[in-house]
Amino acid sequence: MSDLAVTLRDLEKRFGDFVAVNRVSLDVKRGEIFGFLGPNGAGKSTTIRMLCGILQPTAGSGTVAGFDIVRQPEEIKKNIGYMSQKFSLYEDLTVEENIDFYSGIYRIPDAKKKDRKEWVIRMAGLTEHRASKTAILSGGWKQRLALGCAVLHEPPIIFLDEPTSGVDPISRRNFWDLIYHLAGGGVTVFVTTHYMDEAEYCDRLALIYRGELIALGTPAELKTRFMEEEIVEVRCSRPQDAMEIIEAIPGIGHAALFGRTLHVVAQRADESIPAIRESLAAGGFTVDGIERIVPSLEDVFVSLIEARDRETTPQQEFSR
Amino acid sequence: MDAITTDNLTKRFGNLTAVDGLTLSVAPGELFGLVGSDGAGKTTTMRMLTGIMDPTEGSARVMGRHTVREAEPLKEEIGYMSQRFGLYPDLTVLENLHFYADIYGLPRRGRDEKIGLLLSFSNLTPFGKRLAGNLSGGMKQKLGLACALIHTPKVLFLDEPTNGVDPVSRRDFWRILYQLLREGVTVFVATAYLDEADRCNRVGLIHRGKLLACDTPDNLRGLMDGTILEVRTPDPRRAALLLRERLEGESVGIFGDRLHVVTRDAEETGRAIKAIMEGAGVTVQSIRPVEPSLEDVLVSVLSGEATR
Amino acid sequence: MKLQRVAAVARKEFIHVFRDPRSLGMGIAIPMLLLFLFGYALTLDVDRVPLMVWDQSATPESRDFISRFAGSRYFTLAGRVGTYREIEIAIDRRDVLMALVIPTDFARKLRTGAQAPVQLILDGSDSNTATIALGYAEAATSAWSRDVILEQSRRFGPVPAAGIVDVRPRVWFNTDMVSRNYIFPGLIAVIMMVIAALLTSLTVAREWETGTMEQLITTPLRGAELIAGKLIPYFAIGILDLVLSVLVGDFFFDIPLRGSLWLLFAMSLIFLTCALAFGLLISIVTKNQRLASQIAMVTTMLPAFLLSGFIFPIENMPPPIQAVTHIITARYFVTILRDIYLKGVGLGVLAPEAAFLAVFGVVVLALAVKKFRKKVE
Repeated sequence: MSDLAVTLRDLEKRFGDFVAVNRVSLDVKRGEIFGFLGPNGAGKSTTIRMLCGILQPTAGSGTVAGFDIVRQPEEIKKNIGYMSQKFSLYEDLTVEENIDFYSGIYRIPDAKKKDRKEWVIRMAGLTEHRASKTAILSGGWKQRLALGCAVLHEPPIIFLDEPTSGVDPISRRNFWDLIYHLAGGGVTVFVTTHYMDEAEYCDRLALIYRGELIALGTPAELKTRFMEEEIVEVRCSRPQDAMEIIEAIPGIGHAALFGRTLHVVAQRADESIPAIRESLAAGGFTVDGIERIVPSLEDVFVSLIEARDRETTPQQEFSR
Repeated sequence: MDAITTDNLTKRFGNLTAVDGLTLSVAPGELFGLVGSDGAGKTTTMRMLTGIMDPTEGSARVMGRHTVREAEPLKEEIGYMSQRFGLYPDLTVLENLHFYADIYGLPRRGRDEKIGLLLSFSNLTPFGKRLAGNLSGGMKQKLGLACALIHTPKVLFLDEPTNGVDPVSRRDFWRILYQLLREGVTVFVATAYLDEADRCNRVGLIHRGKLLACDTPDNLRGLMDGTILEVRTPDPRRAALLLRERLEGESVGIFGDRLHVVTRDAEETGRAIKAIMEGAGVTVQSIRPVEPSLEDVLVSVLSGEATR
Repeated sequence: MKLQRVAAVARKEFIHVFRDPRSLGMGIAIPMLLLFLFGYALTLDVDRVPLMVWDQSATPESRDFISRFAGSRYFTLAGRVGTYREIEIAIDRRDVLMALVIPTDFARKLRTGAQAPVQLILDGSDSNTATIALGYAEAATSAWSRDVILEQSRRFGPVPAAGIVDVRPRVWFNTDMVSRNYIFPGLIAVIMMVIAALLTSLTVAREWETGTMEQLITTPLRGAELIAGKLIPYFAIGILDLVLSVLVGDFFFDIPLRGSLWLLFAMSLIFLTCALAFGLLISIVTKNQRLASQIAMVTTMLPAFLLSGFIFPIENMPPPIQAVTHIITARYFVTILRDIYLKGVGLGVLAPEAAFLAVFGVVVLALAVKKFRKKVE
């Protein structure tokens, strides 16, 4: 097997007239945590289904773990772990029964069964709950158990489809620790998410929007290379009102709230900073700080999406 | 008079207590965020407040109206957007809006102006004749909001309105909310996004049905146990392993290219971190205390809850 | 109840129906399909019963008797045999339904004026058809005997007129005794019942499943307004089905309509209300499309087919089941439609049935309104 866990070339999926995935090409290296980002309906799940060999592409090609996604879907299924946002666990089975069930499905040899089971229970922190019905577990536990079941057969690649959606922040953090742990052991992790902050945790990212790949790179690359404008962070009183005043200044794209601070998109930060300071002072706002910052991934994505929308559909949805 | 008041609001489903003794109040014109993970009780609370679910115990009033005894008059005054897309996918954008205009008994006179305003407000004007089912996720949410606003409600309830929506639409959506606040509408929003919670006037943290804390984001930050040190390094994963091993009693989290270390003694720990990392040959780019995010606060509060 | 809101719901439901080819198909195409299918296939007449003959007598009399059968449109002569074994084989193979055995002394007995028995062997495995075939055979035999007696009396002098009981049945209403005329009105009733209940059983449940109901119940919309609005489009479909059915009956099946068309429609409106309200009630109570359609099937389709008297006469049912048929709305509508179609009776006669349906409709509607709660469970 080469050192590429996943390769995609011009992968395409159409449903009638609708192009769900439009000529996507990318490579994922072994041991990498690869983030696949995009809003709901952008084509994330369709892509993952094609990669797992459960959906036939309309055009293009790809390999997963060295196997062809069109011709060898069954080989792929043996070599991957898959966990969906629905956590395919049986609620009326106990923790151990769920693990035993998946052991059977993946045909884990009897000699290894017990070890793997203990490993999953320990990893998921379910030692005290091993005999409990899955239904009573909290979201975080179910999520870790589902991950454990997906990697029971020690697959070299795991696909995680929105694994953390709706889970409390502590569980989310624990879950990411597990992912880092798996990646540290050489497992390739392909994860979809729409949480921008989670994207930062990945080694490399692809942004998919309306079926098209619009950016690919490490978080740091995306922040530096893909961003045409500069970002100025403004901390001031009444930020919601300040937004309008700042947006009226020439040379400024728009302002967005991040928590209580404003991220202002500017053509040139060094020119805009004094202008913002002046306008806010004139408007009676107290300013705690204005500085140019490295854009967050959300800034980058918004900028990319807006650029894409300007290109393809001028005057449309996001015109203002 | 408060826009929303609840008194020991409780809902049990069999053995499960979905909402447990919720007592809070929301002032008119306030943007209130109810924050918690899935299953924390957000949706159940919303349903009780909008008069579509009866509490097991306790009571609530919205705009002075009792949510059980006066549920019907209450419904004239509120707008609600449920977590699932509640509009008809086989009706067009305009048909959906007209349907809700009729349901709320909007007079014919001035109706077209109102609908035109809502459409332009939500950037949906060019899509009036499109079937709602064919809108993108972000546009669906904005249409849902437009329908919930057709009768100019006094209180707006939004259940995870931006879940899974692209960041551009999310920004649009919040812009509309700020506009509404200026018009004096009270907004009660449930969200799992903690950065969104930070934009609210006040936030209630709900976990397993219980309100853990309820205050302004600034005051909530005061609940944070200890300070947060942000450590920047080119190799955060190795650094995290190292610090977790050597740095006793402090919690270490990876945030992409940064580490967050929660500590009671920032100066002492900062020195220790520097020593440990440099000793192991890991470059330290910077160590500085940062303002805790609401997520940090929630993690801190939840950890406290767990150890209690 | 605000008219504006009822109209809004009705308009929306119309859009749902027109934009969804499946519901249009279910509302219009399926009823027509059923009508033609049953109209053609489901007839209680037995035409051309295959008949086998063992003529041991082989006389002019026996040949004349056989010709009565062979010449009738109800029988066809499938063959002549000489043993019981052959008859048995033919019946086993279903080549024939009936065998006529004429004994050797047939002609001799006739000539002496004695009773001349003949044997009729029937395949009783389909008792319904067998009974009908037997009826035909009896009719043919008695007609032939009458002719023989008349002939004999002419030849051998007068026979006291009172001695011959001449039964001359006269069939009223369905003069031609075409069972299709009898079935078709019942078929309309059954189809309207099933379609109406099935269509409406989905509508409220669908809104609960898709989540649109959660939005609706936070508005001032009242249960009665929602129900009224949802009934209107299905009323229209029901009436359309009725018009199409009457036209099909007239043009394709030559079913005569003796009574008033207006009365027919008035009664149908009452019945439609019952059926639609019943479907809505199921939908409201179950909140689940699959369960609702199953319940609608079991509670409308089965009773409408089996217990309405549409095919199986209620008088022939055991008393407990007869008692049950009194709560089957389709039973009353089957009666009403038959009476209007075949007898041409007026409202005076149909009043009890109409009253029952009206009361049933009002009760079910009231129940539907009561059961519809603007609450999430």
